[in-house]
Amino acid sequence: MTERRPFAITLDVGSSLANLTGTWRTERPVYVHRLPPCSAACPAGEDIQGWLYHAEEGDYESAWRAIMERNPLPAIMGRACFHPCESACNRVQVDEAVGVNAVERFLGDLGLERGWRIEPGPDTGRRVAVVGSGPGGLSAAYHLRRRGHAVVVFEAQADLGGMMRYGIPAYRLPRDVVDAEVARLAEMGVRFEVNHWVDDVNALLAQGFDAVVVAVGAQRGRDPGIPAGDAARILDAVGVLRSLEEGDPPSLGRRVIVYGGGDTAMDAARTATRLGATETVVVYRRTRDVMPAHDEEVLDAEAEGVQMRWLSTISRSDEGRAVIEIMTLDDEGRAVGTGQFEEMEADTVVLALGQEADLSLLDSAAQVHVSDGVVHCDEHQRTGDPRIIVVGDASANGADSRTLTRAIGQGRLGADAIDALFEGREAQVDSPRAPASFDRLNTWYYSDAERTVRPRLEVARRRDTFSEVVGGLSVDDALFEARRCMSCGNCFECDNCFGVCPDNAVIKLGAGEGYAFNYDYCKGCGICVAECPCGAIDLVPEPR
Amino acid sequence: MSTERTPVRFYQVGSFAVGNRLVELERRSAQSDPTRANSLTSGHRACAGCGEALGARYALDAAMRASDHQLVAVNATGCLEVFSTPYPETSWRLPWLHSLFGNAAAVATGVAAGLRATGRGHVRVVAQGGDGGTADIGLGPLSGMFERNDDVLYICYDNEAYMNTGVQRSGTTPGAARTATTEAVGEHPGNRFGQGKDLPRLAMAHEIPYVATATVADLFDLESKVERAMEISGSRYLHILVPCPLGWGSVSSDTIRLARLAHQTGLFPVFEARDGDVSAVTPIRHPEPVESYLRLQKRFAHLFTREGEVADRATVARIQAQASRNITRYGLLGRDDD
Repeated sequence: MTERRPFAITLDVGSSLANLTGTWRTERPVYVHRLPPCSAACPAGEDIQGWLYHAEEGDYESAWRAIMERNPLPAIMGRACFHPCESACNRVQVDEAVGVNAVERFLGDLGLERGWRIEPGPDTGRRVAVVGSGPGGLSAAYHLRRRGHAVVVFEAQADLGGMMRYGIPAYRLPRDVVDAEVARLAEMGVRFEVNHWVDDVNALLAQGFDAVVVAVGAQRGRDPGIPAGDAARILDAVGVLRSLEEGDPPSLGRRVIVYGGGDTAMDAARTATRLGATETVVVYRRTRDVMPAHDEEVLDAEAEGVQMRWLSTISRSDEGRAVIEIMTLDDEGRAVGTGQFEEMEADTVVLALGQEADLSLLDSAAQVHVSDGVVHCDEHQRTGDPRIIVVGDASANGADSRTLTRAIGQGRLGADAIDALFEGREAQVDSPRAPASFDRLNTWYYSDAERTVRPRLEVARRRDTFSEVVGGLSVDDALFEARRCMSCGNCFECDNCFGVCPDNAVIKLGAGEGYAFNYDYCKGCGICVAECPCGAIDLVPEPR
Repeated sequence: MSTERTPVRFYQVGSFAVGNRLVELERRSAQSDPTRANSLTSGHRACAGCGEALGARYALDAAMRASDHQLVAVNATGCLEVFSTPYPETSWRLPWLHSLFGNAAAVATGVAAGLRATGRGHVRVVAQGGDGGTADIGLGPLSGMFERNDDVLYICYDNEAYMNTGVQRSGTTPGAARTATTEAVGEHPGNRFGQGKDLPRLAMAHEIPYVATATVADLFDLESKVERAMEISGSRYLHILVPCPLGWGSVSSDTIRLARLAHQTGLFPVFEARDGDVSAVTPIRHPEPVESYLRLQKRFAHLFTREGEVADRATVARIQAQASRNITRYGLLGRDDD
């Protein structure tokens, strides 16, 4: 041995790397991907945390493309969606919900501005007819085109968009936005036939379509048959909104009663105000807390001067007046009449008591089961005839919450069911994921940051215009808002696990690649689990 | 005040987490760098969840970065020395020297002088030890090093008792804490109040250029203090609170949480001092009562019932009074607090 050793050392200096401390472990950390509450609540099935992750880096195109995996209409939904994601957001328990809807709108608008496109799939030779160009129909058409099927959308009205055009007032959803998002679908090769009323679904199949998506929506206002004098003026809300869109606004007079408590009632009341009514009263038979309209809509209506009259029903309408019965709630919370009546002045009564679908086109389809005015479907929106798919308001699935977002989600499911039928495979189901609950988060690590509020049109300027009420976010604000996301249940590469391990047992795999555990040295202390801000690490018993 | 902790823009986790993919590389911590020095590498025999192993890597990696890897470490006897160097293995990835329990400061002085004498004065020297080797056994050499203003950064990893030899009381063990030598028995169970040593203030009394405290719960704060210390010549002292799952009777995954609570309750003031005067404090972000800190540790279990109710109100109140005194003395609640 010629090698010189330091004084008094008889063995070579070895590294402690020879000592595999992983053998001490009784529990091991594992990375997990949990389902954030926003995504769990999204009727369209968007991976919200996933697309916000891209937006956080300022990679807006990737964020937009991630939205487009599920929802083909982000600029529309960024305005018209009632954002159940925000109600579910874990950040509510820290300060305020992340403004998901505002960021979606920002990305949707940016997509239109930059002209981002989605390519259709390679041609399959299959043809699918879509009846109705509302959100459900457009969603189905989009997802079918992505799979390469030829799609023809039949629309009974002169313009495309269904309820997005004929139901939602322009101050909530400007028509140029609808036009632009529909145009992008046309560029993907979706063919549109307007002014084309489909009266028999079997006739379409006989014409050579391999499948039909029925997305006719619920277009007919429900009429409770209020006793009325000859000169009483009673209109239905859907009709009012539609004729306004057709350029023929009805004359409502100065005093308008809107009967009903849903979002359509709020739309009708806010529209009446814009059409010159000086006194608009919403009459609803129950109370504010059980009113189906979304809070944001009610607050906006109130801000615009719409009055609310709770616990009231209209029992009779005559020229210039309506008779109101005062209600009370019984022990089970139902509204019951008190026998006390009052008179209200009203030039017009607008009924907004819900809508029904016209399903006559399904009369010839023997295997399609219709009851209570809606079509019975399985979880993939299939009817008894697998070639006939029903989505949106005409479907019985989730009929208690008829929203654009739900229709978009069902459109995607229906498109997948049709593709599965063509391919001879099973329809896809999102694999179940454990929830990313708030108690798993370590919120210490998130910077304090309150929600960015979108600018709103001044109330004074809303009364005589159908200009859009809610504005968009600036680039800086959108980036800020995206970064408020806590990334619940999914790693966002904060390096905490990599840093806090006393044993260097976490390997950093590089940007976008995440981390891995080095189980040779991990002692299973669990610090990484406790200090992971977003709860993306589980501690599980060591396998024997 | 740590003004550099307030980013101009908003980066999701700001500087609270170890890294942040949203900020430029040069603004990220040393620990977030996949090529970090790893001065104390894997395979060491520290307990699972050891705060001292973590604190030592945090501090030395930052010192390695600041000195461009021109660094020598001198170690006092203690856990850190024992678990890192069972002969013939070592976990250290920098030149490292151990002599006796009490003489780390003196040896470091000699190493610095030797390097200077041999023309290698650019190599920086760190001395490190636990609270026993610093507050008790090595206090004389440390005080001498301060007095001579030798060019050494001394880092004390404070886990508040002699953990290596079986959890005996040291000069930094807090009042009421149970150790092997201060059993939770008798009229006043646990360690006595009113005794022990406040090391950072002892160091400040020597009017050395730089004294600072830190915890393993605030990495950016710790790293910035190491960097500042490395910019200065002369004697510097850094006191890092490192929770010990074994000696404190805490769950191994609670190590960082406990360090954070020690700061947020006010029990462990985090500050820096220049030439004997406090120059900056790291304010409390989310104030917590001392109970939330004490409850997590079996060494304080005698203050609570099995159901978790406070059993010894007087003692808990006394500990809370200590925290309040720190908050007042250092202004830990920020500018509004007097």
